[in-house]
Amino acid sequence: MENKLIILIVIILGAIAIAQLVRVYEISAKLRKNGEHEVTNRDNRLNARLMLGFMIALFVGFIYLMAAYGWTGRGEAASLEGKETDWLLNLNFVIVILIFFFTNFLLFFFTFKYVRKPGVKAFYYPHNNKLEMIWTVVPAIVLAVIIILGLQTWNDLVAPTDKEAIRIELFSKQFDWTARYAGQDNTLGKYDYKLTTDKNELALLTSNTIDSAINNMLNGLNGISRIQKLLNNRDTIFNDSTSIALRTELSRKERLYRLLAQMKANHNKKLDASAWDDIIEDTLVLCKGQQYEISLRAKDVIHSAFFMHMRAQMNAVPGMPTRMKFTPSLTTEEMRKSKNNPAFNYTLMCNKICGGAHYKMKMIVLVKDKAAYDAWMKSKKKETFKDKYFPAPAAPSAPVADAAADTTMKN
Amino acid sequence: MASVAHEGHGHDHHGEHHHHEENFISKYIFSQDHKMIGKQFLMTAVFMGLVAMILSILFRIQLAWPGESSDFLSFFLGERWAPNGVLKEDMYLGLVTIHGTIMVFFLLTGGLSGTFSNLLIPLQLGARDMASGFLNMLSYWFFFLSSLLMLVSLFVESGPAMAGWTIYPPLSALPQAVSGSGLGMTLWLFSMTIFIASSLIGSLNYIVTVINLRTQGMSMTRMPLTIWAFFVTAILGVLSFPVLLSAALLLVMDRLAGTSFYLSDIIVGGEMLANHGGSPLLYQHLFWFLGHPEVYIVLLPALGLSSEIIATNARKPIFGYKAMIGSILAIGFLSFIVWGHHMFVTGMNPFLGSVFVFTTLLIAIPSAVKVFNYLTTLWKGSLVLTPAMLFAIGLVSTFITGGVTGIILADSALDIALHDTYFVVAHFHIVMGMSAVFGMFGGVYHWFPKMFGRMMNMRLGYAHFWVTLIGAYGVFFPMHFVGLAGAPRRYYDYTVYAENDSVTADMMLDLNVVITIFAIFAALGQLIFLFNFFYSIFRGPKAPQNPWDSNTLEWTTPVEHVHGNWPGALPVVHRWPYDYSKPGADTDFIPQDVPLAEGEEEH
Repeated sequence: MENKLIILIVIILGAIAIAQLVRVYEISAKLRKNGEHEVTNRDNRLNARLMLGFMIALFVGFIYLMAAYGWTGRGEAASLEGKETDWLLNLNFVIVILIFFFTNFLLFFFTFKYVRKPGVKAFYYPHNNKLEMIWTVVPAIVLAVIIILGLQTWNDLVAPTDKEAIRIELFSKQFDWTARYAGQDNTLGKYDYKLTTDKNELALLTSNTIDSAINNMLNGLNGISRIQKLLNNRDTIFNDSTSIALRTELSRKERLYRLLAQMKANHNKKLDASAWDDIIEDTLVLCKGQQYEISLRAKDVIHSAFFMHMRAQMNAVPGMPTRMKFTPSLTTEEMRKSKNNPAFNYTLMCNKICGGAHYKMKMIVLVKDKAAYDAWMKSKKKETFKDKYFPAPAAPSAPVADAAADTTMKN
Repeated sequence: MASVAHEGHGHDHHGEHHHHEENFISKYIFSQDHKMIGKQFLMTAVFMGLVAMILSILFRIQLAWPGESSDFLSFFLGERWAPNGVLKEDMYLGLVTIHGTIMVFFLLTGGLSGTFSNLLIPLQLGARDMASGFLNMLSYWFFFLSSLLMLVSLFVESGPAMAGWTIYPPLSALPQAVSGSGLGMTLWLFSMTIFIASSLIGSLNYIVTVINLRTQGMSMTRMPLTIWAFFVTAILGVLSFPVLLSAALLLVMDRLAGTSFYLSDIIVGGEMLANHGGSPLLYQHLFWFLGHPEVYIVLLPALGLSSEIIATNARKPIFGYKAMIGSILAIGFLSFIVWGHHMFVTGMNPFLGSVFVFTTLLIAIPSAVKVFNYLTTLWKGSLVLTPAMLFAIGLVSTFITGGVTGIILADSALDIALHDTYFVVAHFHIVMGMSAVFGMFGGVYHWFPKMFGRMMNMRLGYAHFWVTLIGAYGVFFPMHFVGLAGAPRRYYDYTVYAENDSVTADMMLDLNVVITIFAIFAALGQLIFLFNFFYSIFRGPKAPQNPWDSNTLEWTTPVEHVHGNWPGALPVVHRWPYDYSKPGADTDFIPQDVPLAEGEEEH
């Protein structure tokens, strides 16, 4: 109620202001017989001074913002690669800030200084090849330095990782992240999106997951057999759109089923082991000083893994594997001290628009020192994909049960 | 030759004018006169710009005071999109998307190039009209239709397009992923398809006119820099917009015909899609092949206008006329081979990335040449600070300030940490948004007398300039620091940081409040402009023949518009357009149609 009153008052005041504006306008038009195209010396000088004043305000504002906010938000770089890019960023900042001050100063100062003065004529100066040469060549040299340094760093950042790098996959979907560790063998198990089931959300590829995906496709809640049953039921008649939708769904699922069957036929069982020992977690735990090779995967739309403190980022693209690497150089504890905030945590954020809750898509990242990391890893030993896929008591019988389901459905 | 033939045509036209009074519809609505079409573009674009500005204020309120109820929001968005005055997440993305689309395409492409190319190309070249008046009319009406469709998309039940102005698939291809990717996205695609048709027809017309209809003596190297800028802009448009159309068409196919150009291995909303083999990167390549030249389609006309305004009001020839032409051409050429700098972290081959680093940073050279030439033009000038001149100087300032951060973003190694953060938002709003808007305002203040035969109020113009300049820097300067702190763009609510990094979250929120207050301040400042603009159309003092003592040909036409622009013969050009304060001359300007005095040398 109060607010509406305020809005109403603002509107009324606005209307009054416009009415006043009209009056001022008409009076000033009468006073100024020059017809609005001759700028008086007074106006000219006033604006010239304002320009100089604005320049000072701009520079002071910039220096204030730089001092107050320049580095507080970022904090120090928390990865070796980040330290390298921060150094380069600072160097680039020095260069561009100098250009910013120098050229803006000339611009506003000239505006102030060379404003029209009675009796002073402008200097006819159409061109000067030497000057033009200077400001083509000097920027070119500065840019050459920037390009060379930039590309050197870039090549380091995208170069292949060492063999010892730990492999992790970040799996993204609307609106969360999942981390998959490669396990003992440091090899990530293969995957195929068609293998996605409730028990296998990351669609890892093993003989068992292929079987259960096929089973799910045929006999699942919305499986092929159920759709066929619906369509073949003589007691129900669907309207056109429902029937078309059902048929489209059926043909899509049959296509997926055929692909799954092919996959089963061509599957190499030796690959299973690399998937079974993978560890799936919803927090990312990293080890200080350890290089990481991170693969990225998206389930639905493009996401982007943004580790702002490590200065690392890469998009996760559906249907296209991408990779990034970095080496954490500060543990969470060290960063808490550095930022003077005991509640601080590294965060992995999504930085590519991915839907309504895009802004909530994040994952906590913990960086531990070697001892703490090893202890954590040890505690996860019995929580591999296999352990979770075949929960402990049923472990020996589960594959048989799946196979049994497989045979029943074939009949 | 061409001009002689055309002159005859113009005479006919003019004769016809006497015994055939135009009716309201052919004069104001389906007009084929380039001056009227230019005004139509301007009016439509101003309206669209106003809408986009209000959209930005709506989401700025959410960003500064997240989750707080606002009557302003509920007034504009209703219970559907702002229940209890709190903006819905989906609509936030919708507002951001449509704000970007309208500003980039409808205000800064249609409004800037559409208005001033139409108005100035024939007038400054000494032509009776565009090469094809009918196509020109068609170009406007396609633009109008596409604007209408874009506005309609704001009112559909599932909301407008919500995938950002770049509409990256798969998000834009899958209605299950976000509600705006339903009907709203379809309308967006249709609207843009028509917009592209409008832009193509217009651009072809501009190119043909510049090549064929220059009056006698108007060689290419005597053309004002405005025309050079419009000419190169039109070429960029013709070469790049069709690529956007192909990107959009493939997206339409993916959405409606079940193809897999951009889709592969997707599970969305619990549904496993069978699409396989498509690549979202293909879309990004196609989009940015337009997207980057688009930046210069927006910027070059503004630079052209400001060159003219600065030379006129500094009472000095533009410094390095040939170098200015050269840099326009260099920028135009380079703009086609830099698109990959939008894609350093999208999964594009890193080697390709390094090639784009190189080409992108090259663009800084012609840009630097332009800046230094502007500065030298001001040096030892006799500056007349009209509102247009102030805006043109403001443009040079924003062009510098926004340009230098481009050097950082073009460096792929540095882009990794800044990509898609507010640092990028600040960069392109200053260098492209503000510069182009300043150029447009400068153009409106400078050529208003030519458009409407009346003058705008100068004091209100000054007030408008200062509010806009302060507002613009107040909005976009702090934004750099929000971005440096690691704030991704297109986030609905930055308090999500508070949980893990409360210090940074507080800082972002503080700055966001500052930004929003400046944004509201700047938006209110535009009311001064709107009032001045519409009031002056009807009640401004009558314009004199040549209010700014300018050299170019448009000021030799009568104040009252006539069909064919010049009542008698077309003017003949004897000199370049920048003979200001030439030593030995009586006045400090010599219009282009004045023959060289005895013993006088061309520049």
